[in-house]
Amino acid sequence: MNTSTLLVTIIILIAVAYILGRGRSLVLADASKGGFRNLNSLPFYYGTLTALWCGIPSLILVGVWLIMDGSIIDQLLIKSFPAEVTTLPPSELGLILNTVKNIAAGNMVGSDTQPYMTQAAQSLKNINQTSQMAMTVLAISVGILLAAFSWWRIRPEQKARLQVEGAFKFFLLACSCLAILTTIGIVFSVIFESIKFFKTVPITDFLFGLQWSPQMAIRADQVGSSGAFGAIPLFVGTLLISFIALVLAVPVGLMSAIYLSEYASPRVRTYVKPLIEMLAGIPTVVYGFFAALTIAPLLRDGGAWTFEFLGLQMSISSESALAAGLVMGVMIIPFVSSLSDDVISAVPQSLRDGSLGLGATKSETIKQVVIPAALPGIVGGVLLAASRAIGETMIVVMAAGLAANLTANPLESVTTVTVQIVTLLVGDQEFDSPKTLSAFALGLMLFTVTLALNYFALHVVRKYREQYE
Amino acid sequence: MEAIVDQTAKVDPMNKVNTELSKENPEAHDLSGLETVGIPFTDTAKMSMRDVNVFYADKQAIFDVSLDIGQNEVLAMIGPSGCGKSTFLRCLNRMNDTIDICSVQGSLKLEGQDIYDPKLDVVPLRARVGMVFQKPNPFPKSIYDNVAYGPRIHGLVNRRTDLDEIVETSLQKAGLWKEVRDRLHSPGTGLSGGQQQRLCIARTIAVSPEVILMDEPCSALDPIATAKIEELIAELSENFTIAIVTHSMQQAARVSHRTAYFHLGKLVEVNETEKVFTNPDHKLTEAYITGRFG
Repeated sequence: MNTSTLLVTIIILIAVAYILGRGRSLVLADASKGGFRNLNSLPFYYGTLTALWCGIPSLILVGVWLIMDGSIIDQLLIKSFPAEVTTLPPSELGLILNTVKNIAAGNMVGSDTQPYMTQAAQSLKNINQTSQMAMTVLAISVGILLAAFSWWRIRPEQKARLQVEGAFKFFLLACSCLAILTTIGIVFSVIFESIKFFKTVPITDFLFGLQWSPQMAIRADQVGSSGAFGAIPLFVGTLLISFIALVLAVPVGLMSAIYLSEYASPRVRTYVKPLIEMLAGIPTVVYGFFAALTIAPLLRDGGAWTFEFLGLQMSISSESALAAGLVMGVMIIPFVSSLSDDVISAVPQSLRDGSLGLGATKSETIKQVVIPAALPGIVGGVLLAASRAIGETMIVVMAAGLAANLTANPLESVTTVTVQIVTLLVGDQEFDSPKTLSAFALGLMLFTVTLALNYFALHVVRKYREQYE
Repeated sequence: MEAIVDQTAKVDPMNKVNTELSKENPEAHDLSGLETVGIPFTDTAKMSMRDVNVFYADKQAIFDVSLDIGQNEVLAMIGPSGCGKSTFLRCLNRMNDTIDICSVQGSLKLEGQDIYDPKLDVVPLRARVGMVFQKPNPFPKSIYDNVAYGPRIHGLVNRRTDLDEIVETSLQKAGLWKEVRDRLHSPGTGLSGGQQQRLCIARTIAVSPEVILMDEPCSALDPIATAKIEELIAELSENFTIAIVTHSMQQAARVSHRTAYFHLGKLVEVNETEKVFTNPDHKLTEAYITGRFG
C-alpha cells in the first residue's frame, strides 16, 4: 500500500471511529436513564474523541516514519557496500548512493555501474517494500487499537468535551508556536554567524568604523584591500534614503488620509482608497526598475539642466539617494495613508460634534481636535512605514548604487545595509570569510533596529486604542 | 415628582382613554390630523420655528412642528425614544448638516433671521447657539485648553490674561472652578463623568452663546452629578436661553419653564411645565407622563 492510499485509509478509519464513538455514546445515553441529560457531553464530542485517538497517533507515526526512513535506509545500504567503498569521503558516498537509488527506480545511469551497486539496488527495493509494508501495518493497527481503546472507555460520566477542547487548544498552541519558533531560529542563525564575524573583526570597528570596503585578501600573497568593516556609512545611507522616503510619504499620505476620511464623499472614497492601497501591491522590483530607468535619469538630466541654468558646478549622480528615496516614498504612501485613515476614522464623532457645536469650522476641527486626537495612531503608522523603508531592498539595489559614501548629500550615490547584504551574499562566496560573515552582522543590526521600531510603533498604536474604547 | 404622583389620583375622567391606549399599540393611533395643543408660541421668542419638516433620505422624522423658544426660557422636550426630539434640537444650530442624508424644510429663525438661509454662514450661528451633548465629549486636551478652545478659534481675545479670565469665569459659571483650579493643565479626559459634562458646559459658555441646546446632558451621569447639572441649568437660565432634551420627566419638571411633548415626529403639546405634569391637555401626553407607554 503506498503512502497516499494509507492516508486515505486512515481518514476512512477516523470517520468510522467518529461514527462508532458517537453511536456508543448514544447507546449509553439510554432513554430510561434520562437520555442526553445522562451524558456529560454531547454525542459529537464522544465521536470526536474516538476519532482523535484513532487519527492523531497513527498520523504522527506515518509522519515520523516518512522523515526517518530515508536516512535509516541509507545507513543500511552503506553497511552492505564493500569495505573500500564505505571508507570513501561522504560526498563520493552520496554520489554512489544516488546511483544506487537511480538503478532501483529504473532511471538511466552511467556506464560505470559496479556489480555491488546493482546488488544494493535490489536490496534497496526490498528494504523499501518492507518499510512501506511495516509502516502501513503499524499505522493502521495503532489507529484501530487506540480507537477501540477509546471506544471501550466511553462512559456517560467521561468528560469528553473537556478532552476534545484540550486537544484542539493544544493544536492551536502548536500553530502559534510555529511562527515563534521560526523567528527564534532565524535570530539564532544570524547571531551565531555574527559571533563568528566578530571574532575576526572587533565589534567596535564594526559599529563605529567610518569606512566600508569589505574586499579582503583571500590568499596571503594577494595584493589588495585589507578590508574595512565600518557600518556607519551604510547606516547613514539607509537613514538618508528612508528620511527622503518619509519626507515624501508622510505629508502626502497624511493629507490623502485626511481628505479621504473627512472630505471625500462615500463614492469617491470607495474608488480612491483601494486605488491608493494598490500601490502597496506593486512588487518592489517593479518600483526598483521604475526608479532606475525612469526617475533616476529624469533627475540626472533635469538636475544637469537646472544647475547649468543656475551656473552651478553641481550634478546629480545617475544613481542617487534622491531617486531611490522618492520612489520608496511613493511605495510607503499607502502604509501612512491607510493607517492614518483608520485612526482618523476611529476618532469619535462626538469630538467632531463638540468642536463643530462650538462654532469651529471643519478645518479648525480637523487641525485642532481630530488630528491631535489621532496623533499617537498616526505616529504609529509612520513608524511602521519607516521600518518598512529601512528594510526595503529591491528599490535601493537597483537605484541607489553600491558606493559606500559617507555623505548626507541626497544627490550623490549612497548604499544601504540591505544592498550590501545582497551584494555580499550573491554569487560564489566562501562562507567562512569575514566578507560573507559581515552580512550576518549587518542583518542582525538591521533586525534589531526594525524590531525596536516595530515594537515602539505597536506600543504607541495600542496605547492610542485604549484611550477611546 | 410630586406632581406626577398627584396626577394618578386625578385621572378618573380620563381612565377610559388610558385603558384604551394601554391595550393597543399607541403607534397604531391615527396622528395624521394632529394639531399641537397648548401654548407653543410666546411673545418674547428668541427662536421661532414654523412648519418644520425633517427627512432622513425618504423617511420623515419631524412633521410640521411649530414652536417658539422664549428669551431666557428653559424649554424641555420630552417624548418616547425615536420621537424626533433630538433631531429637532439638532436642527436648531444646524448640527444635522453633518449628516448627508438629512434635509430640513420650514422656517427656523433666530431673532428673526432665517438660520437655514443658504447665504448664512453656519460657523457664527453655532457660536450663537451652542450645544452640550448626551455623552461628555471633552477634547483630548488640558482642562484649560478645552475651555479656551472656542474663544481661541473665534479670536475673542488677544491677551493671555483675558483668556485666563474667560476660562475662570466659564468654569465658575459651570460650577467646576473650585474642583479644577489646581489642575487646569491636566487632561480634561481625566475628570469624572459629571465633571466632564460640566467642563463641556463651561466650554460652551466660554464662547458666550445666546442659546444653549442640551441633548440629554445627564443621561450618562449619576444622580449626584445630575443634581449639580440641574442646579446649573437653573442658574444659567438667567443669562441664556436653554432648550433641553431629556428622558427624565422629573428632570423636565424640575428645570424647565415650558415642556414640549413629541410623539412620532409630531409636536403633541406645549404647555407650562406645571400644567403638563399636572393636567395635560392631550391624552397622549397624559398617557406618556403616567407611564402608559414610552
